[in-house]
Amino acid sequence: MSWKYFELLALGAGVTAIISALAIVFGLAIAVPIAAASLARNRLLHRLGRSYISFFRGVPLLVQLMLLYYLLPGISINLPNTATAVVGLALCTAAYQAENLRGGFLNVAPGLVEAARMVGLGDRQILLHIRLPIAFRLVLPAIVNEAILILKSSSLVSVVGVSELTRMAQNLSTSTFKPLDMYTMAGLLYLLLNWSIAAGGLGLERALHWGRR
Amino acid sequence: MSLDLDLMIHSIPAALRGAGITVVMWIGGGLVAFAIGFLVALARRYGGRWVRWGLAGPIEILRGTPFLIQLFLLYYGGPFIGLRLEPYEAGFLGTSIYGAAYFSEIIRAGFEAVPRGHVEAATVLGLTRTQTVARILVPEMTLLILPSSINMMIVLLKETAVLSIITVPELTLVVTAIGSAHFAFVEALLLLALVYWGIVEAASALGRGLEAGLARYRMV
Repeated sequence: MSWKYFELLALGAGVTAIISALAIVFGLAIAVPIAAASLARNRLLHRLGRSYISFFRGVPLLVQLMLLYYLLPGISINLPNTATAVVGLALCTAAYQAENLRGGFLNVAPGLVEAARMVGLGDRQILLHIRLPIAFRLVLPAIVNEAILILKSSSLVSVVGVSELTRMAQNLSTSTFKPLDMYTMAGLLYLLLNWSIAAGGLGLERALHWGRR
Repeated sequence: MSLDLDLMIHSIPAALRGAGITVVMWIGGGLVAFAIGFLVALARRYGGRWVRWGLAGPIEILRGTPFLIQLFLLYYGGPFIGLRLEPYEAGFLGTSIYGAAYFSEIIRAGFEAVPRGHVEAATVLGLTRTQTVARILVPEMTLLILPSSINMMIVLLKETAVLSIITVPELTLVVTAIGSAHFAFVEALLLLALVYWGIVEAASALGRGLEAGLARYRMV
């Protein structure tokens, strides 16, 4: 396979990495209020949070992406394809991340919260200094896992016309008649990206290990 | 945006055919995936070092690459190595292989979760390997792997939507075709989303029921 094709595929891999990274970050930002809603005592908020999580986890991502792609212009929101793709991926991953956050939040050891209350911290301080940091550390492995899933799922945005890795491999295999080479190469690049995420995640987990016995 | 009721009623037969194919790909592919996954897990447990290493690579690749890339490789790359498949065949085979990689990991973890002492006791009592697998490992791990297996089946159902991209006429392809033929894309996709949502919710409720019903047989 010539160098030129590899360069194009690597370019696609870059787009894939950027789209996935943006989706994970925005997804986390959306996930926080959703997790909070699903933990809320208010019944309406709780219902809303649960429904969001259930819908976005219950519908195939491909269908979500196509729906968004045709729905947005219909309500006169015109975004570039790439932005639509990021929004679609972020909305979906937010549901999974919210569920993880909720789990992490519920798994903060009660003794720690009680200890904080005993030393006189207020509710707000307990939330900011005890509950959230510990919950975040508990869900970090799940977030890394989710990043790998999103990286793989991002191949679906090729359908809405974003020139990421899968789309690039598709275009190259039609123009060169070498689908075996192109898709194998694309697969290897996905593996490489996933291994980088896994390695980065391990490093981050180790770096955040402070104060833990 | 108005929902065209007449159009929806006329599209029902075609949508049902598509749903039928989705179910075949999902349940059929899932069962084959589970069977292959079981054999792979057994081979990894008892096959010695070379088999273990030989299987770990493909599993890592299958779990680390997108399903769509695997399907493209199978459907468009296959003919170049003499593997000419119809979309149905490629879809079914692809789903089975993809699912097998995940099921083999689930089942492997299940085997490992069975307490070593139980397996050792079986060996001491003179049970053969086949007997140990059939009477100790499988019954004990069934309940352990139930939740993750149900979860995997739900993942597989959602993945079957991807088969539409290699033109398997399953639910997603049929419904989007109806939508584009009648310029009612959003309506069609909304309906499609609701149908999948319904099936997934029903499947997970069924799974929860199954788990609760079987919980009293829990041994480990």
